Amino acid sequence: MSSVAITPERPNYLNQEYGVRSWLLTTDHKRIGLLYLMSITFFFFIGGFFALLIRLELLTPAGDLVLADTYNKLFTMHGQVMVFFFLVPSIPAVLGNFLVPIMIGAKDLAFPRINLLSWYVYMVAGLIMLHCILIGGADTGWTFYTPFSTAFSHASVIEAGVSIFIAGFSSILTGLNIVVTVHRMRAPGMTWSRLPLFVWSQYATSIIMLLGTPVLAITLLLVVFERAFNLGIFDPNRGGDPLLFQHLFWFYSHPAVYIMILPAMGVVSEVVACFTRKRIFGYSAMATAVIGIAVLGFLVWAHHMFVAGISLYSALVFSLLSYFVAVPSAVKVFNWTATMYKGSIKFTTPMLYAFGFIGLFTMGGLTGLFLACLGVDVHVTDTYFVIAHFHYIMVGGAVMGYLGGLHYWWPKISGRMYPESWGRLAALIVFLGFNLTFFPQFVLGYLGMPRRYWQYPQEFQVLNILSTAGATILAVGYVLPMIYFVWSMRYGKIADGNPWHAAGLEWMTPSPPPTFNFDETPVVTWEAYNYEEIPAPEEVRIER
Amino acid sequence: MSDSPAVLDHHNPELRHHFADMGQQKNAASLGMWLFLGTEVMFFGGMFLAYLIYRRWYYPEFVVASNSLNLPIGAANTAILICSSLSVALAIRAAQTNKRVQTVVMLVLTLVFGLAFLGVKAKEWHDKFVEHHVPGTSFHFEGSMPGHPEAKINPAHAQVFFSMYFAMTGMHALHMIIGVGIFLWLIYQAWKGRFNSEYYTPLENSGLYWHFVDIIWIYLFPLFYLIDRHK
Repeated sequence: MSSVAITPERPNYLNQEYGVRSWLLTTDHKRIGLLYLMSITFFFFIGGFFALLIRLELLTPAGDLVLADTYNKLFTMHGQVMVFFFLVPSIPAVLGNFLVPIMIGAKDLAFPRINLLSWYVYMVAGLIMLHCILIGGADTGWTFYTPFSTAFSHASVIEAGVSIFIAGFSSILTGLNIVVTVHRMRAPGMTWSRLPLFVWSQYATSIIMLLGTPVLAITLLLVVFERAFNLGIFDPNRGGDPLLFQHLFWFYSHPAVYIMILPAMGVVSEVVACFTRKRIFGYSAMATAVIGIAVLGFLVWAHHMFVAGISLYSALVFSLLSYFVAVPSAVKVFNWTATMYKGSIKFTTPMLYAFGFIGLFTMGGLTGLFLACLGVDVHVTDTYFVIAHFHYIMVGGAVMGYLGGLHYWWPKISGRMYPESWGRLAALIVFLGFNLTFFPQFVLGYLGMPRRYWQYPQEFQVLNILSTAGATILAVGYVLPMIYFVWSMRYGKIADGNPWHAAGLEWMTPSPPPTFNFDETPVVTWEAYNYEEIPAPEEVRIER
Repeated sequence: MSDSPAVLDHHNPELRHHFADMGQQKNAASLGMWLFLGTEVMFFGGMFLAYLIYRRWYYPEFVVASNSLNLPIGAANTAILICSSLSVALAIRAAQTNKRVQTVVMLVLTLVFGLAFLGVKAKEWHDKFVEHHVPGTSFHFEGSMPGHPEAKINPAHAQVFFSMYFAMTGMHALHMIIGVGIFLWLIYQAWKGRFNSEYYTPLENSGLYWHFVDIIWIYLFPLFYLIDRHK
């Protein structure tokens, strides 16, 4: 440490080493988390760009901005980029990577080099996807349904499939790392019943990644083989079964929804406990609920196929099982609400996102029950009702949770406070913009506007204009945090170790944390969310 | 845990900074490997499911197509693969008892068995190409229903059989090729004397991987070669 005289700053993971090399070859989970943060933000804006083009096209009933084929590619690339390159890695690979080892008192994830490998795998997949986009992209929808994808499409289906196949490995490696870390790396005294709920949710998510992703991998690989080498596994001309593809695809892709939403639930649990200054209501029910959702999530996939020609009896069973998912989901919502009851609530930016999450997730979840109901599903299958439903979960739920978590832990990650009033403004804009974009789509879908069409009848125009207007507002809400986060890294107020007076090991180490997270391994003697033992702040400091 | 192993651990160059001791490191690596094998089960599981469905739908075609596979060669390959599982187990045993040369010899033997298997597999695939049994436009396969020489089978359904055959043995062979790469690296490391009774985790985990690939073949062999041989 000869450089002490030059840098009076306390050594931390950000100033330990400098230079591109120290980032590209790092095995520090915190730096890898930031590498992921930058890469998924890049893909988020690419996916968002496609979404804006879609909304612009739908401003008018006629197909006048892009060609029909281009429109097919736009919604396909929007889905593929957003699902596989933003939502799936979002909270697990950024916040989970950064926080899970610190929250359980470990120096790093169990396999730091595999962690770095997962980022490189992600980048390789991402570059292939970018190349695929530049040469025209796929047009199958993000679902790759056969036989269109295997026999009829003239777009780059093979390249898109290979890219997502590779991206799956990065998700498997992250999940594997987190599961082993939670099992083997907990600090002394950090029992399973003392784990923060964020860790529980990351654990459940990782289990889904491990069990589901390989099935998607083989399914997409078989599609690629069928296109490239003429195998006939899904080809109806040779006796292959396209419905088998749908079963295999949704076996991953339904649980994938829980890969996106469970981590956000973990974030909300942390934020709600902190800004109501209470122990989370029903801790063990909350932990059981995330595991319950993860398990049930694997038993409901065929509710995506009610009109695809599956048997009535299996449709009945899948409909019933889909209703069951509502039980642990409702446990979560009720317990957050019960935690807030008589709590001393502070309306900080993360808490605003948490409120947004709870409301929008409830809407998305309840409309999910409409869709689980066989009769209603027939009416709204492949309409904008479905689009609105899953955007309430994925954007209203997962993205809100991600943004809330990013704000909540930003002082820990960067060592700086973000500007609180800008944060609240952005949260408000996101909430309003989101609802204006997607609520009209519920109505549109119920009135019968089908998804994936680039023209529509005149009478749907007003609602479509509302939706497009909402999308532009939403875009402003997403650009704002990016600007002030970057701004705060240089000009933000210096954050101390625990600016929120929050519970949890991550707040007991300096901000930003030292490279090995703790100066000495902590010994845990308390339950999670012991807010009664933590002195409340006089008032949460807010920059006006 | 007593004091002495902990003291030893601090001197073990293989202990990575973020683990408390060698025991924790080994447990983590081994749990990670088992989880990875779990993902592999799901990966192959998708294809086994497809196989199961199509075999039930197109049983006569599956029987006839199965009989066209080269049973003696397939059986010999199975034997080769089982031998390689034995040799990799012996390699781990040799490392645990600090026998460097024996470790290397057993690893080389495993590599040779693995390459032999791939060679035989390549020959079988080549034969299928020659016989036009590869799915696609030039596919040609004729046969009659088992026990009913006058009733022809549907060649399209035989194509489904061969699609499954090439997909599953192909993915299995890909895993073997990856395994060969791993064993080349292991041989080099073992030659340098990296493995001993204190540290043999990479050997053990690669051994688990190899056994797993072996087990996949143990299932593939009867499912493809032995569906209904007495007809």
